Amino acid sequence: MALLHAAIVSAPIDVSALILRAQDTGVGALSVFLGTVRDLNDGRPVTGIDYEAYEGMAAKELAAVAEEVCAATPGLRVALEHRIGTLGIGDVSVAIVAAHAHRAQACDGARAIIESLKQRVPVWKREHYVDGDRVWIDPTKGQGAADMSVPTQGSE
Amino acid sequence: MSIPVLLFASYADAFGTRELEVPVEAPCPVQTLVDTLRGMPGGDRLPPRVLVAVNQRLADTAAVLQPGDEVALIPPVAGG
Repeated sequence: MALLHAAIVSAPIDVSALILRAQDTGVGALSVFLGTVRDLNDGRPVTGIDYEAYEGMAAKELAAVAEEVCAATPGLRVALEHRIGTLGIGDVSVAIVAAHAHRAQACDGARAIIESLKQRVPVWKREHYVDGDRVWIDPTKGQGAADMSVPTQGSE
Repeated sequence: MSIPVLLFASYADAFGTRELEVPVEAPCPVQTLVDTLRGMPGGDRLPPRVLVAVNQRLADTAAVLQPGDEVALIPPVAGG
């Protein structure tokens, strides 16, 4: 099992630093997933997002998610961070680096981690709209309500 | 006696605070705490099913809260 780093952070995520943590002489493929804030959700223009976390539990769950994927993928090396606070359009909210000797494990590992993270880690987001309205996103309502395994709406 | 409960995101907005003293005495089941919360101002905004974390782990409604436990209500998560 090789979870090298998992953290909830308030400063901008240094993706290069995460890559350096995951890199190793035996690595032949390194997959980087970045979730970024986009300017439209459900047809409504978005100007930014507040991210909030139950920090202690979120840090533990973030690590647990990554450890489970590492346990299922021998040789996988992972470093990841989730950012909280107020983010603007294009800002990186989550970064996952998954490294492996081979590309399939690296790509699949990063994908598995983001999918599980979105289901389990106690982080919430409140979208800011052009008209000044601010709304907490509830993935159990709206398009994703019928199937909890559907990825949430909004930014990744 | 009361149990302090941590609130986040939409639930903090519903109750107008980030930490609420709930008038129940430990030990008591999680379900009793949730039922009491529903009767407090803002409690009508809670969904039918409420997740509760005890000491930073999700707990069953039958779990029994002990004095000193860290208790938090967990709104539907939306990270990423």
